[in-house]
Amino acid sequence: MLGYLTLIFSCQLIGEVIVGTLALPVPGPVVGMVLLFIYLIIRGFVPTDLGEVAGGLQKYMSLLFVPAGAGVMMHFGLIGEAALPIAAALFVSTLATIAVTALIMSRLMKRGN
Amino acid sequence: MENLRDTWVYLSASPLFHLTLTLVAFQGAFWLFERAGRNPILNPVLISVIVIVGVLISTGTSYPQYFEGAQFVHFLLGPATVSLAVPLYRQLAKVRQSALAIGVSLLCGSLTAIFTAVGIAWLLGGGPDILATLAPKSITAPVAMAVAEKIGGLPSLTAVVVIITGIFGAMFGTFVLNAVGVKDWAARGFAMGTASHGIGTARALQVNEVAGAFAGLAMGLNALATAILLPVLWAIVF
Repeated sequence: MLGYLTLIFSCQLIGEVIVGTLALPVPGPVVGMVLLFIYLIIRGFVPTDLGEVAGGLQKYMSLLFVPAGAGVMMHFGLIGEAALPIAAALFVSTLATIAVTALIMSRLMKRGN
Repeated sequence: MENLRDTWVYLSASPLFHLTLTLVAFQGAFWLFERAGRNPILNPVLISVIVIVGVLISTGTSYPQYFEGAQFVHFLLGPATVSLAVPLYRQLAKVRQSALAIGVSLLCGSLTAIFTAVGIAWLLGGGPDILATLAPKSITAPVAMAVAEKIGGLPSLTAVVVIITGIFGAMFGTFVLNAVGVKDWAARGFAMGTASHGIGTARALQVNEVAGAFAGLAMGLNALATAILLPVLWAIVF
Protein backbone atom coordinates (compact mmCIF):
# COMPACT_ATOMS: atom_id res chain seq x y z
CA MET A 1 0.00 0.00 0.00
CA LEU A 2 2.65 2.49 1.09
CA GLY A 3 4.82 1.32 -1.78
CA TYR A 4 2.21 2.33 -4.36
CA LEU A 5 1.52 5.65 -2.65
CA THR A 6 5.25 6.27 -2.93
CA LEU A 7 5.11 5.27 -6.59
CA ILE A 8 2.28 7.77 -7.25
CA PHE A 9 4.13 10.59 -5.46
CA SER A 10 7.33 9.71 -7.33
CA CYS A 11 5.52 9.86 -10.69
CA GLN A 12 4.25 13.32 -9.80
CA LEU A 13 7.69 14.46 -8.65
CA ILE A 14 9.40 13.18 -11.82
CA GLY A 15 6.55 14.78 -13.80
CA GLU A 16 7.23 18.16 -12.16
CA VAL A 17 10.95 17.83 -12.91
CA ILE A 18 10.28 16.96 -16.58
CA VAL A 19 7.81 19.85 -16.99
CA GLY A 20 10.20 22.29 -15.32
CA THR A 21 13.26 21.20 -17.28
CA LEU A 22 11.62 21.00 -20.70
CA ALA A 23 9.24 23.96 -20.08
CA LEU A 24 6.27 21.83 -21.22
CA PRO A 25 2.80 23.46 -21.41
CA VAL A 26 1.17 20.79 -19.17
CA PRO A 27 1.10 20.45 -15.37
CA GLY A 28 3.44 18.03 -13.57
CA PRO A 29 0.62 15.72 -12.36
CA VAL A 30 -0.58 15.16 -15.96
CA VAL A 31 2.93 14.06 -16.96
CA GLY A 32 2.93 11.95 -13.77
CA MET A 33 -0.28 10.31 -15.00
CA VAL A 34 1.47 9.43 -18.28
CA LEU A 35 4.41 7.96 -16.32
CA LEU A 36 2.14 5.80 -14.16
CA PHE A 37 0.34 4.72 -17.34
CA ILE A 38 3.67 3.64 -18.88
CA TYR A 39 4.47 1.74 -15.66
CA LEU A 40 1.13 -0.11 -15.96
CA ILE A 41 1.79 -0.99 -19.61
CA ILE A 42 5.18 -2.44 -18.62
CA ARG A 43 3.66 -4.31 -15.65
CA GLY A 44 0.81 -5.59 -17.85
CA PHE A 45 -1.84 -5.47 -15.09
CA VAL A 46 -3.08 -3.27 -12.22
CA PRO A 47 -1.67 -4.58 -8.88
CA THR A 48 -4.51 -4.93 -6.33
CA ASP A 49 -2.92 -2.53 -3.84
CA LEU A 50 -2.34 0.13 -6.50
CA GLY A 51 -6.00 -0.19 -7.52
CA GLU A 52 -7.01 0.38 -3.91
CA VAL A 53 -4.78 3.44 -3.43
CA ALA A 54 -6.04 4.95 -6.70
CA GLY A 55 -9.65 4.16 -5.80
CA GLY A 56 -9.20 5.83 -2.41
CA LEU A 57 -7.78 9.01 -3.95
CA GLN A 58 -10.54 9.14 -6.56
CA LYS A 59 -13.50 8.29 -4.34
CA TYR A 60 -13.68 11.80 -2.90
CA MET A 61 -11.85 13.61 -5.66
CA SER A 62 -14.41 16.44 -5.62
CA LEU A 63 -13.41 17.23 -1.99
CA LEU A 64 -9.94 18.11 -3.26
CA PHE A 65 -11.31 21.04 -5.29
CA VAL A 66 -12.99 22.70 -2.30
CA PRO A 67 -9.97 24.69 -0.96
CA ALA A 68 -9.27 26.15 -4.43
CA GLY A 69 -12.99 26.83 -4.90
CA ALA A 70 -13.16 28.90 -1.72
CA GLY A 71 -10.63 31.21 -3.43
CA VAL A 72 -13.63 32.76 -5.19
CA MET A 73 -13.97 35.02 -2.13
CA MET A 74 -10.81 36.87 -3.21
CA HIS A 75 -12.44 37.92 -6.49
CA PHE A 76 -15.98 38.99 -5.66
CA GLY A 77 -15.10 42.52 -6.80
CA LEU A 78 -13.72 41.55 -10.20
CA ILE A 79 -16.53 39.07 -10.83
CA GLY A 80 -19.16 41.64 -9.83
CA GLU A 81 -17.86 44.11 -12.42
CA ALA A 82 -18.35 41.68 -15.30
CA ALA A 83 -20.88 39.29 -13.78
CA LEU A 84 -23.18 38.94 -16.81
CA PRO A 85 -20.58 38.23 -19.52
CA ILE A 86 -18.69 35.86 -17.21
CA ALA A 87 -21.71 33.89 -15.99
CA ALA A 88 -23.42 33.64 -19.39
CA ALA A 89 -20.20 32.70 -21.20
CA LEU A 90 -19.26 30.01 -18.69
CA PHE A 91 -22.75 28.51 -18.50
CA VAL A 92 -23.59 28.38 -22.20
CA SER A 93 -20.06 27.48 -23.34
CA THR A 94 -19.64 24.62 -20.85
CA LEU A 95 -22.99 23.06 -21.80
CA ALA A 96 -22.36 23.55 -25.53
CA THR A 97 -18.91 21.95 -25.24
CA ILE A 98 -20.36 18.90 -23.47
CA ALA A 99 -23.07 18.50 -26.14
CA VAL A 100 -20.75 18.96 -29.14
CA THR A 101 -17.99 16.67 -27.81
CA ALA A 102 -20.38 13.89 -26.77
CA LEU A 103 -22.35 13.96 -30.04
CA ILE A 104 -19.25 13.87 -32.27
CA MET A 105 -17.56 11.19 -30.21
CA SER A 106 -20.60 8.89 -30.07
CA ARG A 107 -21.23 9.24 -33.84
CA LEU A 108 -17.59 8.47 -34.70
CA MET A 109 -17.47 5.50 -32.32
CA LYS A 110 -20.61 4.01 -33.85
CA ARG A 111 -19.12 4.36 -37.32
CA GLY A 112 -15.87 2.74 -36.15
CA ASN A 113 -17.62 -0.38 -34.87
CA MET B 1 -15.42 33.45 28.10
CA GLU B 2 -11.79 34.57 28.27
CA ASN B 3 -10.66 30.95 27.84
CA LEU B 4 -12.97 30.43 24.91
CA ARG B 5 -11.56 33.48 23.17
CA ASP B 6 -7.98 32.34 23.81
CA THR B 7 -8.84 28.93 22.41
CA TRP B 8 -10.35 30.52 19.27
CA VAL B 9 -7.26 32.68 18.78
CA TYR B 10 -5.09 29.59 19.11
CA LEU B 11 -7.21 27.36 16.88
CA SER B 12 -7.82 29.90 14.13
CA ALA B 13 -4.05 30.17 13.71
CA SER B 14 -3.48 26.40 13.51
CA PRO B 15 -4.07 24.32 10.37
CA LEU B 16 -6.35 21.95 12.30
CA PHE B 17 -9.36 24.27 12.40
CA HIS B 18 -9.56 25.08 8.69
CA LEU B 19 -8.69 21.54 7.68
CA THR B 20 -11.54 20.25 9.84
CA LEU B 21 -13.88 22.97 8.57
CA THR B 22 -13.17 21.83 5.00
CA LEU B 23 -13.89 18.18 5.84
CA VAL B 24 -17.01 18.93 7.88
CA ALA B 25 -18.45 21.22 5.19
CA PHE B 26 -17.82 18.58 2.53
CA GLN B 27 -19.25 15.75 4.64
CA GLY B 28 -22.40 17.79 5.19
CA ALA B 29 -22.65 18.71 1.51
CA PHE B 30 -22.06 15.09 0.47
CA TRP B 31 -24.70 13.86 2.91
CA LEU B 32 -27.19 16.30 1.38
CA PHE B 33 -26.19 15.17 -2.14
CA GLU B 34 -26.77 11.50 -1.19
CA ARG B 35 -30.04 12.26 0.59
CA ALA B 36 -31.32 13.96 -2.58
CA GLY B 37 -30.66 10.77 -4.55
CA ARG B 38 -27.27 12.09 -5.85
CA ASN B 39 -28.99 14.92 -7.68
CA PRO B 40 -26.13 16.69 -9.54
CA ILE B 41 -27.72 20.11 -8.93
CA LEU B 42 -26.73 19.73 -5.26
CA ASN B 43 -23.07 19.69 -6.27
CA PRO B 44 -20.99 18.94 -3.13
CA VAL B 45 -18.14 21.26 -4.19
CA LEU B 46 -20.50 24.21 -4.69
CA ILE B 47 -22.31 23.69 -1.38
CA SER B 48 -19.07 23.24 0.60
CA VAL B 49 -17.60 26.40 -0.96
CA ILE B 50 -20.72 28.42 -0.06
CA VAL B 51 -20.60 27.16 3.55
CA ILE B 52 -16.85 27.74 3.94
CA VAL B 53 -16.89 31.22 2.39
CA GLY B 54 -19.82 32.06 4.69
CA VAL B 55 -17.87 30.93 7.77
CA LEU B 56 -14.71 32.75 6.69
CA ILE B 57 -16.51 36.03 6.01
CA SER B 58 -18.51 35.90 9.25
CA THR B 59 -15.38 35.16 11.33
CA GLY B 60 -13.29 37.75 9.49
CA THR B 61 -10.81 35.12 8.28
CA SER B 62 -8.76 35.83 5.15
CA TYR B 63 -8.44 33.27 2.36
CA PRO B 64 -4.64 32.86 2.76
CA GLN B 65 -5.22 32.16 6.47
CA TYR B 66 -7.83 29.52 5.57
CA PHE B 67 -5.59 28.01 2.89
CA GLU B 68 -2.82 27.39 5.41
CA GLY B 69 -4.97 24.61 6.84
CA ALA B 70 -6.83 23.60 3.68
CA GLN B 71 -3.63 23.17 1.67
CA PHE B 72 -3.29 19.62 2.98
CA VAL B 73 -6.49 18.67 1.16
CA HIS B 74 -5.54 20.76 -1.88
CA PHE B 75 -2.18 19.01 -2.07
CA LEU B 76 -3.79 15.62 -2.77
CA LEU B 77 -5.12 16.90 -6.12
CA GLY B 78 -1.72 16.14 -7.69
CA PRO B 79 -1.52 12.48 -6.59
CA ALA B 80 -5.23 12.01 -7.43
CA THR B 81 -4.55 13.25 -10.98
CA VAL B 82 -1.59 10.86 -11.32
CA SER B 83 -3.78 7.97 -10.10
CA LEU B 84 -6.20 8.52 -13.02
CA ALA B 85 -3.74 6.39 -15.02
CA VAL B 86 -5.31 3.34 -13.31
CA PRO B 87 -8.89 3.61 -14.68
CA LEU B 88 -7.39 4.72 -17.99
CA TYR B 89 -5.23 1.59 -18.18
CA ARG B 90 -8.26 -0.58 -17.42
CA GLN B 91 -9.94 0.92 -20.52
CA LEU B 92 -6.82 0.59 -22.67
CA ALA B 93 -8.45 -1.67 -25.28
CA LYS B 94 -11.36 0.72 -25.70
CA VAL B 95 -9.09 3.77 -25.89
CA ARG B 96 -6.96 2.23 -28.67
CA GLN B 97 -10.02 1.14 -30.59
CA SER B 98 -11.47 4.67 -30.55
CA ALA B 99 -8.28 6.67 -31.13
CA LEU B 100 -9.64 8.51 -34.18
CA ALA B 101 -12.93 9.39 -32.45
CA ILE B 102 -10.92 10.67 -29.48
CA GLY B 103 -8.69 12.92 -31.61
CA VAL B 104 -11.51 14.46 -33.65
CA SER B 105 -13.89 15.04 -30.73
CA LEU B 106 -11.05 16.50 -28.65
CA LEU B 107 -10.28 19.06 -31.37
CA CYS B 108 -13.96 19.97 -31.89
CA GLY B 109 -14.63 20.15 -28.15
CA SER B 110 -11.56 22.26 -27.44
CA LEU B 111 -12.43 24.78 -30.19
CA THR B 112 -16.10 24.90 -29.11
CA ALA B 113 -15.03 25.66 -25.53
CA ILE B 114 -12.76 28.51 -26.60
CA PHE B 115 -14.95 30.13 -29.30
CA THR B 116 -18.32 29.96 -27.51
CA ALA B 117 -16.89 31.38 -24.25
CA VAL B 118 -15.05 34.24 -25.95
CA GLY B 119 -17.91 34.91 -28.41
CA ILE B 120 -20.63 35.13 -25.78
CA ALA B 121 -18.58 37.32 -23.43
CA TRP B 122 -17.67 39.59 -26.37
CA LEU B 123 -21.34 39.95 -27.37
CA LEU B 124 -22.19 40.89 -23.79
CA GLY B 125 -19.51 43.57 -23.65
CA GLY B 126 -16.64 41.80 -21.86
CA GLY B 127 -13.31 43.65 -22.16
CA PRO B 128 -10.19 42.10 -23.76
CA ASP B 129 -8.75 41.03 -20.39
CA ILE B 130 -12.04 39.25 -19.51
CA LEU B 131 -12.10 37.49 -22.91
CA ALA B 132 -8.53 36.27 -22.45
CA THR B 133 -9.40 35.10 -18.93
CA LEU B 134 -12.41 33.11 -20.16
CA ALA B 135 -10.77 31.51 -23.21
CA PRO B 136 -8.94 28.66 -21.37
CA LYS B 137 -11.80 28.09 -18.87
CA SER B 138 -12.35 24.40 -19.70
CA ILE B 139 -8.87 23.17 -18.82
CA THR B 140 -7.25 22.30 -15.52
CA ALA B 141 -6.38 25.35 -13.39
CA PRO B 142 -2.54 25.41 -13.45
CA VAL B 143 -2.41 25.22 -17.26
CA ALA B 144 -5.35 27.61 -17.70
CA MET B 145 -3.63 30.23 -15.53
CA ALA B 146 -0.39 30.00 -17.51
CA VAL B 147 -2.20 30.20 -20.87
CA ALA B 148 -4.40 33.11 -19.75
CA GLU B 149 -1.36 35.05 -18.65
CA LYS B 150 0.33 34.46 -22.00
CA ILE B 151 -2.60 35.96 -23.94
CA GLY B 152 -3.29 38.90 -21.62
CA GLY B 153 -5.83 37.50 -19.13
CA LEU B 154 -5.86 37.71 -15.34
CA PRO B 155 -4.37 34.49 -13.89
CA SER B 156 -6.01 34.66 -10.45
CA LEU B 157 -9.47 35.31 -11.93
CA THR B 158 -8.79 32.44 -14.34
CA ALA B 159 -8.53 30.04 -11.40
CA VAL B 160 -12.01 31.06 -10.24
CA VAL B 161 -13.47 30.89 -13.75
CA VAL B 162 -12.04 27.38 -14.16
CA ILE B 163 -13.63 26.20 -10.90
CA ILE B 164 -17.03 27.68 -11.84
CA THR B 165 -16.81 25.95 -15.23
CA GLY B 166 -16.11 22.65 -13.48
CA ILE B 167 -19.07 23.10 -11.15
CA PHE B 168 -21.43 24.01 -14.05
CA GLY B 169 -20.27 20.92 -15.94
CA ALA B 170 -20.75 18.65 -12.92
CA MET B 171 -24.19 20.16 -12.16
CA PHE B 172 -25.70 20.21 -15.65
CA GLY B 173 -23.61 17.72 -17.64
CA THR B 174 -25.96 14.80 -17.00
CA PHE B 175 -28.97 16.80 -18.21
CA VAL B 176 -27.19 17.94 -21.37
CA LEU B 177 -25.97 14.41 -22.17
CA ASN B 178 -29.45 12.99 -21.66
CA ALA B 179 -30.99 15.81 -23.72
CA VAL B 180 -28.74 15.13 -26.73
CA GLY B 181 -29.35 11.40 -26.31
CA VAL B 182 -25.75 10.18 -25.94
CA LYS B 183 -25.80 6.90 -24.00
CA ASP B 184 -22.26 5.65 -24.55
CA TRP B 185 -20.28 5.96 -21.28
CA ALA B 186 -16.99 6.62 -23.05
CA ALA B 187 -18.46 9.55 -25.03
CA ARG B 188 -20.28 10.91 -21.96
CA GLY B 189 -17.12 10.84 -19.85
CA PHE B 190 -14.94 12.25 -22.61
CA ALA B 191 -17.31 15.22 -23.01
CA MET B 192 -17.27 15.90 -19.26
CA GLY B 193 -13.47 15.87 -19.09
CA THR B 194 -13.09 18.06 -22.20
CA ALA B 195 -15.56 20.72 -21.03
CA SER B 196 -15.02 20.72 -17.28
CA HIS B 197 -11.58 19.22 -16.46
CA GLY B 198 -11.05 17.65 -13.01
CA ILE B 199 -14.37 18.58 -11.42
CA GLY B 200 -16.20 17.07 -14.40
CA THR B 201 -13.91 14.02 -14.09
CA ALA B 202 -14.70 13.69 -10.38
CA ARG B 203 -18.41 13.75 -11.24
CA ALA B 204 -17.93 11.18 -14.03
CA LEU B 205 -16.05 8.89 -11.61
CA GLN B 206 -19.05 9.03 -9.25
CA VAL B 207 -21.32 7.79 -12.02
CA ASN B 208 -19.40 5.16 -14.02
CA GLU B 209 -15.86 3.76 -14.21
CA VAL B 210 -15.65 3.89 -18.04
CA ALA B 211 -16.91 7.48 -18.00
CA GLY B 212 -14.34 8.33 -15.32
CA ALA B 213 -11.47 6.85 -17.32
CA PHE B 214 -12.38 8.73 -20.50
CA ALA B 215 -12.98 11.95 -18.54
CA GLY B 216 -9.48 11.74 -17.05
CA LEU B 217 -8.03 11.13 -20.51
CA ALA B 218 -9.96 14.09 -21.98
CA MET B 219 -8.85 16.37 -19.14
CA GLY B 220 -5.18 15.66 -19.84
CA LEU B 221 -5.53 15.87 -23.63
CA ASN B 222 -7.53 19.10 -23.60
CA ALA B 223 -5.01 20.76 -21.29
CA LEU B 224 -2.37 19.94 -23.89
CA ALA B 225 -4.53 20.89 -26.92
CA THR B 226 -5.66 24.23 -25.47
CA ALA B 227 -2.17 25.15 -24.28
CA ILE B 228 -0.89 24.68 -27.83
CA LEU B 229 -3.90 25.97 -29.83
CA LEU B 230 -5.04 28.98 -27.83
CA PRO B 231 -1.92 31.20 -28.03
CA VAL B 232 -1.76 30.53 -31.80
CA LEU B 233 -5.47 31.32 -32.32
CA TRP B 234 -5.13 34.46 -30.22
CA ALA B 235 -2.21 35.70 -32.33
CA ILE B 236 -4.26 35.14 -35.51
CA VAL B 237 -7.54 36.71 -34.31
CA PHE B 238 -6.17 39.70 -32.39
